[in-house]
Amino acid sequence: MMDKYNYAFLDEGSKREIRRSVLKAVAIPGYQVPFGSRELPIGRGWGTGGIQLTLSLIGPEDTLKVIDQGSDESVNAVNIKKFVKMCTGVPCTTRTQEATIIQTRHRIPEVPMTNGQILVLQVPLPEPLRIVEPQEAVTKKMHAESDYAPIWLQLYESLIKYGKVTISAEYPCLVEDRYIMNPSPIPKFDNSKLHDAECLYLFGAGREKKIYAIPPHTKVVSLAFDDVPFEKESFRGKKCRLCGSTDTYLDEIFDSATGERYYQCSDTSYCKEVRSK
Amino acid sequence: MAYVAVSGGEEAIEASIRLLSYYRSGTEKDLELEVIQEKMSLLVDRVMSEAGLYSKTYAALALKQCEGSSDEAVFLLRAYRSTLKRSYDSLVADTRDMRLVRRISAAFKDIPGGQMLGASYDYTHRLMDFDLQREDAAALCQKMHQTVADQEPVEIAPCGRVSDELKTEGLIDRFEQDNEEPYDVTQNLLEFPVPRSARLQTLSRADTGFISGLAYSVLRGFGQVHPTVGELRCGYVEIEVPYLEDAAESLWIGEILLTDVEVFNEADDKDQLKLACGYGAVMGRNENKAIAMAVLDHELDTTGDYPTQNDEFVLLHGDSLEMNGFISHLKLPHYVTFQSKLDAVRKTRRERHDG
Repeated sequence: MMDKYNYAFLDEGSKREIRRSVLKAVAIPGYQVPFGSRELPIGRGWGTGGIQLTLSLIGPEDTLKVIDQGSDESVNAVNIKKFVKMCTGVPCTTRTQEATIIQTRHRIPEVPMTNGQILVLQVPLPEPLRIVEPQEAVTKKMHAESDYAPIWLQLYESLIKYGKVTISAEYPCLVEDRYIMNPSPIPKFDNSKLHDAECLYLFGAGREKKIYAIPPHTKVVSLAFDDVPFEKESFRGKKCRLCGSTDTYLDEIFDSATGERYYQCSDTSYCKEVRSK
Repeated sequence: MAYVAVSGGEEAIEASIRLLSYYRSGTEKDLELEVIQEKMSLLVDRVMSEAGLYSKTYAALALKQCEGSSDEAVFLLRAYRSTLKRSYDSLVADTRDMRLVRRISAAFKDIPGGQMLGASYDYTHRLMDFDLQREDAAALCQKMHQTVADQEPVEIAPCGRVSDELKTEGLIDRFEQDNEEPYDVTQNLLEFPVPRSARLQTLSRADTGFISGLAYSVLRGFGQVHPTVGELRCGYVEIEVPYLEDAAESLWIGEILLTDVEVFNEADDKDQLKLACGYGAVMGRNENKAIAMAVLDHELDTTGDYPTQNDEFVLLHGDSLEMNGFISHLKLPHYVTFQSKLDAVRKTRRERHDG
């Protein structure tokens, strides 16, 4: 079936155009670069921004890993992996260390990524200011003028009302002291991995037609007040019931038969590796 | 725990896809593409219009592949479209030169060139015809072809628009021909405020239901107007591409069926009134969509607080692929984000109780 389609699905012109947008994104960390997002055989909102990045970067010498919510076997990961494999034939892996390109939804792997690896993040809503301003024309101007007062006000109001900053996942960050950026719906737990990293992070929003990037060794700071530090999700006193890890992001699982609540690593390949050691 | 992120997911997904073939298998009778294309024309037209790809055969194939879901079919065609190299931009086609199959005006009884009802369900009683449960399709087809063959062909001359007269009278503003290269919404992000070419392309490919509902809200009270359909025409437009060897020549590549609408609205003109015009054009026979498009085109020219006067609201939420994609993504696991949300909720509660 795939012999009727080009290598990596999109025509070469489209892939080149996407790579040009990536270069611009790398040159201006945290800035959302508009691009002519193409339609794919996978649903808009199902990772099409990430897939277009992966398709335009991938070559025969690459090894691909795809995760969804930390898992290599979840529905979105399986679907995307199958598609990219079908139209490129590249080998896939579940081991973070082996992959050259990792596409992910909602997580950054537990194993630190290295120079030479690219993490492609799927982004549903790239605009960090959307929570305070619905209009694109206005948010664009706010970024241009570094007018970030409304989002700071939002943090402050939640602090006054609940005693806590209640933004959960997709917690906004300031990149290189210039652009406020939405790190995609990764948990706050993963935000620190963006700062001064070894690898390249690329963010693709297919439906919203934006690409942005965090190149290696970029300064990325989660928004917080001087006297109220940034706080990530806490799993104090809990550990993975499979591998025993206490320093990973945990999924809460509720056994409907016994009524018992337990936890296990959201990063399934990391969990497997710890167990096999 | 239907598709939990634990091992075994991959096989379960494969099985789900296999089950689709079972759902599609239904009966031993094949649904031939020719049948879909020729007897489900309005559905095919809708799918082509929302996909922005004029191919009856592929639209029929897409519908066959997805049990007749119009949004899935649009999805298939759009994805296929992404793989095609774009070799040419067509020359501007003037719908004045359309080979008409229907043309009506709700503004004037008599229009230059005349009204021509063509085919429309508007004039039928919507009564179930139980005889169609058993129909001799071959006999019907032959009979209709014979009826057409027996007719004396009549030349229908291309005709100008109803609005031309009103422009001459000065009631509708006349604008310079805008020969700017149109903004291509399939290759670029919509940047607001968008040029009109981007607005019209987006509306023309929009989901029929979405723009019909929005246009209805304009008529019903969340808008200013009760527009008049100045002219609705439906017919075939010839498409040509430039001939690369000789700029003065062009190549005819075929014709497409379009529905084209102008609606008239009252508008301020300093201390007097004038008429403003909204325009709609969609692939195939889809009159309500074309009218809805024309209503919204005009509404977006006005300013105010109604949703239909906000171009971001109207243009960013009506694409079949985008809306259905994002709604369906809610079915994907959200374990990580939900865990984070739970953590935030619990923290506010715990501290309050402790405090």
